[in-house]
Amino acid sequence: MPLYHNDDQAMLKDSVAPFMTEQAPVSHLRKLRDGADATGFSRDLWVQFTEMGLPGMLVPEAHGGLGMGHMEAGIVLEEIGRNLTPSPFLATSVGAVAALAKAGGTQAGRWLPAIASGEAIVALAIDEGAKHRPDRIATTATRAGNGFRLDGRKSFVLHGHVADMSIVAARTDGGITLFAVPRDAKGVTADPRRLVDSSLASHVTFDGVELDADAVIGEVDAGGDILDALLAATRTGAAAEMVGVGQGAMDMTVTYLKERKQFGKLIGEFQGLQHRAAHLYGEMEVARATVMKAQQLLDEGSEGAKLMVSVAKAKAGRAANLAVREGVQMHGGIGMTDEYDIGLYMKRDRALAEYMGDVHYHIDQVARMNGY
Amino acid sequence: MSDLDAFRAEVRAWLEANCPPEMREPIRDEDDVCWGGRNFKFKNAAQKQWLDACAAKGYTVPDWPKPYGGAGLTAEQTKILKQEMKRIKARSPLDSFGIWMLGPALLQFGTEEQKVQYLNPIARGEIRWCQGYSEPGSGSDLVSLQTFGEDKGDHWVVNGSKIWTSYADKADWIFCLVRTDKANKYQGITFMLFDMESKGVTTKPILLISGNSPFCETFFDDVEVPKTQYVGEINRGWDVAKYLLGHEREMISGGGAGGDMVSIGGAFAKAFGKNAAGELDDPILRAEMAAFDVDVFAYRAMGERFMDMWKTGRAHPASSNMMKYVGTELNKRRHELVMSGGGSDALEWDSEATKGGARPRAWLRTKANSIEGGTSEVMLNVIAKRILDLPGA
Repeated sequence: MPLYHNDDQAMLKDSVAPFMTEQAPVSHLRKLRDGADATGFSRDLWVQFTEMGLPGMLVPEAHGGLGMGHMEAGIVLEEIGRNLTPSPFLATSVGAVAALAKAGGTQAGRWLPAIASGEAIVALAIDEGAKHRPDRIATTATRAGNGFRLDGRKSFVLHGHVADMSIVAARTDGGITLFAVPRDAKGVTADPRRLVDSSLASHVTFDGVELDADAVIGEVDAGGDILDALLAATRTGAAAEMVGVGQGAMDMTVTYLKERKQFGKLIGEFQGLQHRAAHLYGEMEVARATVMKAQQLLDEGSEGAKLMVSVAKAKAGRAANLAVREGVQMHGGIGMTDEYDIGLYMKRDRALAEYMGDVHYHIDQVARMNGY
Repeated sequence: MSDLDAFRAEVRAWLEANCPPEMREPIRDEDDVCWGGRNFKFKNAAQKQWLDACAAKGYTVPDWPKPYGGAGLTAEQTKILKQEMKRIKARSPLDSFGIWMLGPALLQFGTEEQKVQYLNPIARGEIRWCQGYSEPGSGSDLVSLQTFGEDKGDHWVVNGSKIWTSYADKADWIFCLVRTDKANKYQGITFMLFDMESKGVTTKPILLISGNSPFCETFFDDVEVPKTQYVGEINRGWDVAKYLLGHEREMISGGGAGGDMVSIGGAFAKAFGKNAAGELDDPILRAEMAAFDVDVFAYRAMGERFMDMWKTGRAHPASSNMMKYVGTELNKRRHELVMSGGGSDALEWDSEATKGGARPRAWLRTKANSIEGGTSEVMLNVIAKRILDLPGA
């Protein structure tokens, strides 16, 4: 497959891009933030997402979705990134769907149709500390009666306080098991914290939460592969969103270079800025290609996907970070003001950079996957 | 089975039958590369056999039309051929400035007669070309070139000199930018073709910091060039040159620019040793190599996307400048890490153990990557102006 969008994908972009710009531009984020929104996103907007079929894009058709791939989800995520649109799309419609579709079974049958219809928000409860270390899960699920008893703490759970269900990675006797934990389960406490980008992420405590045996997603002790699918999808999605954030910041900055005058010249005439902008352009293009390659390999079910996903998260992380830093710097003083949007891009980038493994984590993974 | 699958199977079978085992070994020495030409000395029978087999099939220039020595393959078929060659680690049958640069110029600007006359010998590896662009006073500011062709009715008399002429001392013919109108800077240059054995042509290799001499100074002293031997229009050679520079950047972008596009850390871990955790036993070097590997794999994806888009007319026409910039800077970084990884062994200049100082020589050679074919700074200027549309650039 060529590494550019085919006609169907281009059409998808042509419908999603104006939708996002019109319905959820940066001013939408500001409105939520300034209104001290307690949900973390707009439920009205999520209804509009649903009318466009977006929440169920990746849900298999048998479960009421569109059965699309990561390349298509990436198109939506890039627009979400470009507009800094708050939404549960990444966690629910990409990460959770990837895990449930991979696992199949009871939980997939229950939640996938609900995600596709826009009724269910699903959170991902993976991290346990300030850094992403999915190989060191300490939350335990011990056999109790016919089911399990869940104990532990999770952090950085986006939408954790409002999600209808959380996918929780826990240690069981013989490995890792993923559980579908409903919001109203006894012993679950979500403590939402406002993050730098105005999103809400929870510290979630599981204190002797009693779960039925059928709360298991997939098979007991065999959650590793499902977790891998969840992580690969979410990381690739976060990378796609970062491409959108970086591109949005870059476009805004290049426009500013053509408007702002100092020393009697447009500042875009200065070679010192031209070269930096041109360098950034190159980095963003490379990041975009890399993310598309990861999406393509994931969609093909290729063995090379795992490596490329880490490459994509690292590369998109570096490029978007450069875009927002250069963006603020090239805007000069006004780049430091809350009034200008460029700072919001820097904030969102920082949150996405950390989500599901930062640049350093993924660079380390690339070394490991190459045997060093 | 789709047509492309069938084609892949056919290519696979053909390669299996025609690519000699010796030609599936990695390139080790300079003379492992087949450049062709009147005076080329094949290293062994397999090298010649591989060239002849590919030339007969049109696979030295798979996407050129058949009448010009190509196989007339589509972009998708060409990609499959390349993938299949890569799969069996087949060497390039023929490296050639004729294929990379003159060919595309002729395909775009040449007459039908010129295409037949010049392209077939290029495709068969019979004539080796060199490029006469830069002059001592005209580097990044190429259009200021002074080599002059005086109009003598049915021929020009060319005087002047070129510099950085790659392998001029080994080439059979030169494609050369010559000023034919001193009053007109941009529309006063003609893209000429002439035999390097013409009277008045001399070459002098330039010793580089690498200790090698891949480039020459080339002098023209009353060289007579028939007025039929030019591409495009008289005085409009700059159009051809600009097109070719874009193409050169495309070619560099398509594979050459990033250098050897494989993990650097994996190779070094063997030499360096690993710690108990199985990690390369130098944490900072490991981190730098891993960060570099991320960029290599990323650039590989970029190269694939660029070629997919370029071949189908989707790429921004100036995007090859970005590819050239990113790729050459990446390759320079690779060789800095190769030197770090090699430690004092990589300092040895001529020992047998280091294959005659292969590492430091290659490292120094890469410093030219971001100078030749347009400096990184010129690439950034072009991106700023033509892609980002920044003012006054």
